[in-house]
Amino acid sequence: MMGYNFAYLDEQTKRMIRRALLKAVAIPGHQVPFGSREMPLPYGWGTGGIQVTASVLGQQDVLKVIDQGADDTTNAVSIRRFFARTAGVRTTTHTAAATVIQTRHRIPETKLRDDQIIVYQVPQPEPLFRLEPSRVETRRMHGLADYGLMHVKLYEDIARYGQISISYDYPVMVNGRYLMSPSPIPSFDNPKMDRMPALQLFGAGREKRIYAIPPWTEVRSLDFEDHPFRPINAPHPCGLCGATDSYLDEVVTDDHGGRLFVCSDTDHCAERRAAGHVGTDGVKEAAE
Amino acid sequence: MAYVAVKGGERAIDNAHAWLAEERRGDPALPDLTLPQLREQLGRAVDRAMAEGSLYDPDLGALAVKQAQGDLIEAAFLLRAYRTTLPRFAHSRPIDTAAMQVERRISAVFKDLPGGQVLGPTYDYTHRLLDFALAAGGPVPPAPRTDTPVEAMPRVSDILRAEGMMETDAPSEAEPGDLTREPLSFPAERDVRLQALARGDEGFLLGLGYSTQRGYGGSHPFAGEIRMGEVTVEIEPPELGFAIEIGDLVVTECQMVNQFKGSKTVPPQFTRGYGLVFGFSERKAMAMALVDRAMRAEELGEDVTAPAQNVEFVLYHSDNIEATGFVEHLKLPHYVDFQSELQNLRRLRAEVERARDRPAPALVDGDTDTPTTASQAGSLP
Repeated sequence: MMGYNFAYLDEQTKRMIRRALLKAVAIPGHQVPFGSREMPLPYGWGTGGIQVTASVLGQQDVLKVIDQGADDTTNAVSIRRFFARTAGVRTTTHTAAATVIQTRHRIPETKLRDDQIIVYQVPQPEPLFRLEPSRVETRRMHGLADYGLMHVKLYEDIARYGQISISYDYPVMVNGRYLMSPSPIPSFDNPKMDRMPALQLFGAGREKRIYAIPPWTEVRSLDFEDHPFRPINAPHPCGLCGATDSYLDEVVTDDHGGRLFVCSDTDHCAERRAAGHVGTDGVKEAAE
Repeated sequence: MAYVAVKGGERAIDNAHAWLAEERRGDPALPDLTLPQLREQLGRAVDRAMAEGSLYDPDLGALAVKQAQGDLIEAAFLLRAYRTTLPRFAHSRPIDTAAMQVERRISAVFKDLPGGQVLGPTYDYTHRLLDFALAAGGPVPPAPRTDTPVEAMPRVSDILRAEGMMETDAPSEAEPGDLTREPLSFPAERDVRLQALARGDEGFLLGLGYSTQRGYGGSHPFAGEIRMGEVTVEIEPPELGFAIEIGDLVVTECQMVNQFKGSKTVPPQFTRGYGLVFGFSERKAMAMALVDRAMRAEELGEDVTAPAQNVEFVLYHSDNIEATGFVEHLKLPHYVDFQSELQNLRRLRAEVERARDRPAPALVDGDTDTPTTASQAGSLP
């Protein structure tokens, strides 16, 4: 784009961000402060993810952007266009074809490979913020690996509801050392983070933090021996493709209780339908 | 009927923006607003956009106000997103507000002082009556002028300091922090705090400053001096070795004189709260000075009890570009998270209903299992 550097940010800024990324990779799960820039998109809408993507993107990369698992949600469209415009890179909706995937709130169903990078948009990098709002305090807690507060919160959940009541942004322990927010992905996606072959990068623009999980790193969702971690998903198959192992969105079809459950990962669903899978509410791909 | 997944985000965005452009223009039968009109006639709006956008350029400010349809936070956002791409070629020397071309200067602590009280173009003492003559338009009679030469106007803080009554800020050769390059960290020094306040939201600072007057961290402020006018910006290129002027800007400065502080060795002195804002924005400069002083509570050995004294609280929430982005991001799709909450709630409700249908004594303490071993806790270092 005229008047702007490749992928919008100037090279000095990208270098600063890449340094933060290197540090983040070296200390898995640790939040590294960085000089987050003001982007032409609003804070809270993916500025951290965008800065990370801009810093790792090369001309040969193929970019996929998803929001809620879907490639065609408005903010995903907006961010994909931003990079198509400022970097001129190829974009794709196919998970397997992408080299860099920027995501908000989901991890694709297709297993990621070791030649891929997934960039998470993070609204609130501090996993303890609901329990302790002061970042001065939480920094100290991370330093001392003092995570008792979170275990007490989980225990209180069990005492009150009989189970842990966190359904998304479910806290994880990275490499046995740092408590980390996985970003607001559904807890259904948490197990995908564990020993993932792809490099996982997290950008929080407004909070000015970057963190990372190197490939093949252990990521454990917090739980208790007698209350093991249980991911949550709707007990239905996808209405369009019949998948039983993908995370489902609930679509309201009428005003008297009609519901349809469909894959939140639109690429996964489309590929399954193209391969001939049909759900109870779907149609044969050829007929569409 | 078969369900077809929702698509078409791309076209919807384009159409929405085309509609926005049309609405921004309004009735095409009316003349289009020009930037000079905005700059000259909506100067306070342009000033606020420049102050919170951290970019002094009245023409760009006017463009931002026009583009944002007068939404000043949106206008500040446009300026911020532009300024972040600009190269930095030099740091200016500190501006000298004592040498200001003063348009307005008032002191609430001395009846008269060198240079006098100058009301300037103020809304103070106007009666807030809608002016229907203004609605009708027409020429404005010229304001009366004086030939009396302007006297030098020493700052009230300097007058007090000469007598040893006002604390002295130790000069520092350290390079000031810059929030736009380095993330906020704590303890945050005063340079960084003042930068955050100068960029901060006028309404937020106004509310916080007001809270200090109502007992939440008060410090007995007097408006020592408020001055507004043009100051010169100078840079000192290393290859020249002396300062050169690169332009002028209009700023509003407020020096609040607050209750004293002393020790066994230092006699009691007034303490200072400082406000400085681009353009003419007295409300913000005053609020900023109150909050600056409140945030010095710890340094001055006062109890930190009120929101305005809590540096972390103030600095993390004063930026309206950050705040508006995050508040408004709630309108982005959250259906994945909401779906997991729905399933979670359904599961919890089912559990309760199952317990209720059970014949045995339900919902007593023993009904919930007590976790015995914290497997994670056990593995912690």
